[in-house]
Amino acid sequence: MASTTSALRRPGSGATDRSRRGRPGGRRPALQGHQPSAWYAVPAFGFFAAFALLPMLLVVYLSFTDWGGFGTPAVSGAGNWSRLVEDPEVRASLLRTLALTVLSWAVQTPIALLIGVWAAGPQRNRAVLSSLFFLPLLLSTAAIALLWQALLDPNFGVLRTLPELLGGGLNPLGDASLAIYAVVFVLTWQYVPFHTLLYQSAARGIPASLYEAATIDGAGRVQQFLTITLPQLRYTVITSSILMLVGSLTTFDTVLILTNGGPGTATRIAPLYMYTTGFSGFEFGYASAIAVLLLVLGAILSLVVTRATGFRDMSSQQEGA
Amino acid sequence: MTVPNVGMPPAATAAVGDAPRRRRRVTRQRPNVVAGLFAALWFLLVAVPLYYLVSSSLRRRSDYLAESPLSIPDAPTLENYRTVLEGGFGRYLFNNIVVTGGTVALVVALALPAAYAVARSASPFVQRGFSMLLIGLAIPAQATIIPVYLMITQLRLYDTLLAIILPTAAFALPVATLVLTNSLRDVPRELYEAQAVDGAGPFRVLVSLVLPLARPAVVTVSVFTALTAWNGFLFPLVLTQSQSTRVLTLGLWNFQGQFGTNVPGLLAAVTLSVLPIFAVYLLGRRFLLGGLTAGFGK
Repeated sequence: MASTTSALRRPGSGATDRSRRGRPGGRRPALQGHQPSAWYAVPAFGFFAAFALLPMLLVVYLSFTDWGGFGTPAVSGAGNWSRLVEDPEVRASLLRTLALTVLSWAVQTPIALLIGVWAAGPQRNRAVLSSLFFLPLLLSTAAIALLWQALLDPNFGVLRTLPELLGGGLNPLGDASLAIYAVVFVLTWQYVPFHTLLYQSAARGIPASLYEAATIDGAGRVQQFLTITLPQLRYTVITSSILMLVGSLTTFDTVLILTNGGPGTATRIAPLYMYTTGFSGFEFGYASAIAVLLLVLGAILSLVVTRATGFRDMSSQQEGA
Repeated sequence: MTVPNVGMPPAATAAVGDAPRRRRRVTRQRPNVVAGLFAALWFLLVAVPLYYLVSSSLRRRSDYLAESPLSIPDAPTLENYRTVLEGGFGRYLFNNIVVTGGTVALVVALALPAAYAVARSASPFVQRGFSMLLIGLAIPAQATIIPVYLMITQLRLYDTLLAIILPTAAFALPVATLVLTNSLRDVPRELYEAQAVDGAGPFRVLVSLVLPLARPAVVTVSVFTALTAWNGFLFPLVLTQSQSTRVLTLGLWNFQGQFGTNVPGLLAAVTLSVLPIFAVYLLGRRFLLGGLTAGFGK
């Protein structure tokens, strides 16, 4: 199946297959000359290799060095790695990253799903409202983090107007037990619009006939949502979830600006720990070891992304080639 | 919980056929009240902070502390905006435009020929290279920031705008190439063949066939890349240092330190930073929203 598709879609590969099998088609020579040479891809691949792949290899090398940020890194053996294994803060920061990931997913998915499905519907004010929903997408992470820092400030922010009963003077960013929830809240505010867009466009593609049939069968709205909408959106749920996982793993600037890992170490997630170890503590070797951990996690996720989502038909075509 | 009540309006989602007439009728009978309330709640959650952002930026510092945060400013003033504009904002904006423009140009110039090769060539080098590129889809940029810092220093590019552009473009390349490749794969091969019969070489095909056909995808890729570059934070943070190379996001963060408790000033800076992209949004909402979910909206 995959090879058929690729032969159909990519005359190039078909041409090679055929000539290899010794039955060249009449038009093949012209087509072969017509194929772009590999050189067209060389600049992009070379550039990516230089500024993305090479750093990935270098960071592994650096994790075996002592480097304070100046001069040449000196190889120091596996010291960083044995330290990493024993460092309780590494485990703690990874657990915080995990907590952030799970919480973000559990909060964002239902909200984005419900609003996305609603926004795909025909309500009269939907178009206006939904274009407003998406405004947070336009704000940079720095802008969002600074805005919410001001909003959540116990002395000047909106929370000070809450009556005592509701927790007036609540300080979510300064309270070690609340800070992670505050971070999740801000991330939700920032990213739900994007996932809502995904669900909206997917929900628009569900055939209306399914709902018509269900209505004739007497299915209620809830039933229709559970038996038609949700199953039809399952691939979007997967795509959106994976993007959320990747996003949570790479969350960095929001937390840096909003809490700087604090109070104490309450929100010091793994990327932030890596950053502060390197660029504030000048222990670049050790920070590199933490970075390798993140890299491995990211690479695993990358594989999941290319295999399990809409990108899969890309990789299956490659396999068929 | 109200959640289970938020069902799909029957027949609400079709874009084809005779659905519109029926859709309207069904909706008139059963407005989806619960879903509407839920959406209204989210609307408030978005609108209130944005209102707070703009209204607070118009307050005097003293009023900011005295007035209720969500009230309309008693004596609105543009003083904060003046402070911000005099505090180097123009420079940050200019740098942001250079970084964004440079990144988009570089990404499109590299990704389009690459996508053409990936979509049309059987070369194993190209196909393996493409798989390699896809690894970059979920690589956290932070994980490579230390070696990138080392490389940029060694290249003597530290504290230049090019230092931001190069890695930003490298990490934007995978998505860009993927989106462009997908769009080129949808082009019927007969079109390529017709060009070949006419004797066009690959380069002419690229210019006279691929480029026009891929234009929507190029717009998408440009929007996506532009937003990434415009909002970039980590690379500027680590790879630049001086006032003259500072970009907007970093400038905002810097204002926070500079202004201390001058929250209205900070909020004015945040508002100013949003305005350019908001203007773009008003001009090309369709492109922007489409571009944001490019390649993911399956």
